[in-house]
Amino acid sequence: MTTGQMGFFTDTTLCIGCKACEVACKQWNQLPDDGFRLTGMSFDNTGQLGASTWRHVAFVERPEALPGQGSPLDGAKLADGAFSWLMMSDVCKHCERAGCLEACPTGAILRTEFGSVYVQPDVCNGCGYCVSACPFGVVDRREDDGRAWKCTLCYDRLKEDLVPACAKACPTASIQFGEIGELKERARQRVEQLHERGVGEAYLYGADAVNQPGTEGLHAFFLLCDVPEKYNLPPDPVVPTKKLGESWRAMAWGIAGLAALAVGSVLSARSGP
Amino acid sequence: MAEAHPVGFRWVMEAKNRGATIIHVDPRFSRTSSVADLYVRIRPGSDIAFLGGLVRYVIENERYFKEYVLHYTNAATLIDERFRDTEDLGGLFSGWDPKEAYDPETWQYEGVGGVVPATGHKEVFAEKGAGRVDLRGVKVLRRKQDPTLQHPRSVFQILRRHFSRYTPEMVEDTCGVPQALFLRVAETLCQNSGRDRTSAFCYAVGWTQHTVGVQYIRTASILQLLLGNMGRTGGGILALRGHTTIQGSTDCATLYDLLPGYLPMPHAVQDAKLENYVRNNQPATHWWSEMPKYIVSLLKAWYGEAATRENDFGFGWLPQLTGNHSHMTTVADMADGKLKGYFVMGENPAAGSMNGALHRKGLRKLDWLVVRDFPLNETAEFWRTAPEIARGEVRTEDIQTEVFFFPAATHTEKDGSFTNTQRMLQWHHKAIEAPGDCRSDLWFAYHLGKRLKAMYAGSSLERDRGIQALTLDYPVLGPHDEPDVQAVVKEISGFTVADGKPVPGFTKLADDGSTACGCWIYSGVYADGVNQAARRKPRSQQSWVAPEWGWAWPANRRLMYNRASADPEGKPWSERKRYVWWDEAQKRWSGYDVPDFVADRPPSYRPPPDARGLAAISGIDPFIMQADGKGWLFAPSGLLDGPLPTHYEPLESVIPNPIYPEQQCNPARDEYPRRENPYHLPYDDPRFPYVITTYRLTEHHTAGGMSRWLSWLCELQPEMFCEISRELAREKGVENAGWVTITTARAEIECRVLVTDRFKPLRAGGRVIHTIGLPYHWSYVGRITGDPANELIPFVADPNVSIQESKAFTGNLRPGRLSFGRRAATDGVELRQPEPPFSPPRDKPGVRDPKYLPAQEPPK
Repeated sequence: MTTGQMGFFTDTTLCIGCKACEVACKQWNQLPDDGFRLTGMSFDNTGQLGASTWRHVAFVERPEALPGQGSPLDGAKLADGAFSWLMMSDVCKHCERAGCLEACPTGAILRTEFGSVYVQPDVCNGCGYCVSACPFGVVDRREDDGRAWKCTLCYDRLKEDLVPACAKACPTASIQFGEIGELKERARQRVEQLHERGVGEAYLYGADAVNQPGTEGLHAFFLLCDVPEKYNLPPDPVVPTKKLGESWRAMAWGIAGLAALAVGSVLSARSGP
Repeated sequence: MAEAHPVGFRWVMEAKNRGATIIHVDPRFSRTSSVADLYVRIRPGSDIAFLGGLVRYVIENERYFKEYVLHYTNAATLIDERFRDTEDLGGLFSGWDPKEAYDPETWQYEGVGGVVPATGHKEVFAEKGAGRVDLRGVKVLRRKQDPTLQHPRSVFQILRRHFSRYTPEMVEDTCGVPQALFLRVAETLCQNSGRDRTSAFCYAVGWTQHTVGVQYIRTASILQLLLGNMGRTGGGILALRGHTTIQGSTDCATLYDLLPGYLPMPHAVQDAKLENYVRNNQPATHWWSEMPKYIVSLLKAWYGEAATRENDFGFGWLPQLTGNHSHMTTVADMADGKLKGYFVMGENPAAGSMNGALHRKGLRKLDWLVVRDFPLNETAEFWRTAPEIARGEVRTEDIQTEVFFFPAATHTEKDGSFTNTQRMLQWHHKAIEAPGDCRSDLWFAYHLGKRLKAMYAGSSLERDRGIQALTLDYPVLGPHDEPDVQAVVKEISGFTVADGKPVPGFTKLADDGSTACGCWIYSGVYADGVNQAARRKPRSQQSWVAPEWGWAWPANRRLMYNRASADPEGKPWSERKRYVWWDEAQKRWSGYDVPDFVADRPPSYRPPPDARGLAAISGIDPFIMQADGKGWLFAPSGLLDGPLPTHYEPLESVIPNPIYPEQQCNPARDEYPRRENPYHLPYDDPRFPYVITTYRLTEHHTAGGMSRWLSWLCELQPEMFCEISRELAREKGVENAGWVTITTARAEIECRVLVTDRFKPLRAGGRVIHTIGLPYHWSYVGRITGDPANELIPFVADPNVSIQESKAFTGNLRPGRLSFGRRAATDGVELRQPEPPFSPPRDKPGVRDPKYLPAQEPPK
């Protein structure tokens, strides 16, 4: 039986952009297609995560070399033009501190026993607060029923001791599913290994609270080789409610200041000649 | 490989993780390139020059595996003194006949006269004198050899001279690959080959679909033999097959010139009797000399009790070849009204094959057409939705072809096996009943056969005896009388006729009619009455070779020719590469795998010079299927376009042949000069200045019959597009995601365009060359539709295997959409321009005499 805090480690250096994760997700969760449009953005015709797209493979064509990813490991320039093609399978991050969950007024969004963030479709009233509360733009409302939908970390599969559909379908172990502590250890070793092999650009995105204080760490974190923006990820995501205390404190100080001002002005008036 | 075989590519990623270096050579920067350690952009159609450059590098820098080359290849063998190389004859080998064929007589081993290639002569017509006793290799053990490899007529020295032109400079000029990059590839390959290390080559149809396709693979074979990478773990040349179990379909003979197990199809006239057939195809020595056992057992499987020694085991009832019946020839004949009916099963030629317009013309001339597939595909709908119907050039009511569509069951709806690239059979079980009228191919073939048998039961004509004698007695199961596929597997695997007991393998087959076997290489898949292909023992419960997962032909060997994994004394080349070895104590070959050798033949065994059959296999002959037991660096027999690979330009190119200026194209290519199949100039055609190559995307499958009907796949790649470089886009005024029209003399198509850095112009033949990349997944029926790339491709074929040249041809690109609907064959803007006044020749003067052109509808 699957137990404990589970999540994804997505190693983008192993991704071959096959989109098996997208298809497996749609098939398991019986999600509708998003229409048939050529975007002209490399091989990415999905565009973004949405109500019926819970995995999205981004394709980044960039005029820079990446050792071991289409160019020699020793950095030698053997042909014209530096180039690399980055691919990354994006998904709901199941944040340690989840903006959607904290914003949900009906209690439809909860944290499961696997540590994942789950939207209960029978409780969701479609208010959409979660949509604006997600710093990654993951949660989305479906046009037809108005409710919010996103990756469930295949809650139904986990209950049956099965790996989420996307991780199961990934042929190259770019999407790795497991207990988060174990995944983090594996990810750190992988970064070290890549550094040793000359891929100095490799780093972890959202692996823990130190790394990403705004979310206090992600249950679905990534190994990237360029700045987050290149992959359409925010460089410093902050869950809105994270600043809630701060705003209240600021407001309290403001009120206190105003009060002091008011009291002071009255006192100063009284003490006048 | 990541693009078209993502699941197989997991092992490449696994190898990369363990430290392997991945080199990707491809005209386009694909998903594979994105994770490769070295990406080499190559001009389409120039791979023999690239591989030939590597061969030269290995020889000239003495990087070949000397002991392996000396003992396991034919490097030391001397060739007939009449042999002349392309170096001597300006791009041709000796023996050329202007009737577009080579006579291989001068290519033979000195004093041997002739030798039968492994698996026999598939093209007996081409080989003069095949079947003569002196050409069967009876003298092959007396061949002359020079172990110093210095004799000028030794294969090694001929090879050295042949590839001496393929210098790094020539590779750069021919392939557009910078010398520094080429040298890095060469050095990496050499460093990863030898006693301790091996390198593997993977290829797919990017190598085969050329007028010199077979010679591409030959060049890789030569390279791998020189480096000692054959028959060893982590080595080899892996053919990535284009469809699930296409390996199985080739093994069990869907090709016109093969019987199951790569037995050659009999030719009318030469092979009228079994005796003649055997004499024409049986070498005097080595394993293929066993072939009479395989053909007789096959006849016993097919004709049962009716097959007796007196009637040649019914050999005369087999269909026999009267000439080239390959795909393109058949379709051309169809268009000329020479065919009445056509079965299309699991294929979609109207969209998936070259020059779709010519295919559809052929279909229009048929009396009847049977299509078995999942959806109503373009072939089934050619009479309703084809572009020429939409344009009004052809009216549906004028088409007399009667079309029958039979819905097919998918693999989840039937039991059966998949044979993969590694020759491993894996069983799949039926999960659900097929809906409605959907039936398996087995059901269809079986019940069709039953009806034919009923129809001919009363005939007394000799020509109907074959159908009457055919054994079709499988038990049937279920409500639809589905034949029991286990019974078919048992027949394929073989059994003794007397008691019906399964044989353990092909070594127990006999040529006296006492055994029956449907496909000798699969013999043993039903050993002990157990379906061995259905075994699924996890890897944790067996050795790393995993012999009990599925079953691999031949004899459950996971690695063929594995005798070569040990040195001549039978010891592993190195501990790291230990695989199969001679066990002196047991006096047997032993190892992790089933040894691919005579089990108890010691490495020290040397046959007497008059030895025949299996007795002729020396203790150091790992390539037991060859008549001399050696890997053929030089092929004295079996190829129609030369004993050594030679760089020829594609039929349609943009530059003259940089390596052999006198001979532009493969002289032995099969052309189809027809009005509906016009060719461009060999190069410098002002109407068609760009190179076009076609390929697949991960998101779709072939012509889309299985993927363009599924919304989850449609949304991932929804529209037909082409890929071009920024440079070409600027030159043509094309914007990313805009529309373009692409033309050849065969057709015009329109599509969207991706302008990308993954495509770059390259320099070859002293000029800048632009390549247009075209996925070929779209056509005119389905949930998403688009113009089919295959419409653009001409009928022209490799002479050995009759494959088309779809990976390198020329065309033009214009911004914008078609103004007047799609055009197929011959009426585009480019063709309305005047013909260029001068056409450079494709061949040296007199090489192809027009009076020997095939009799077809002549060009206008």
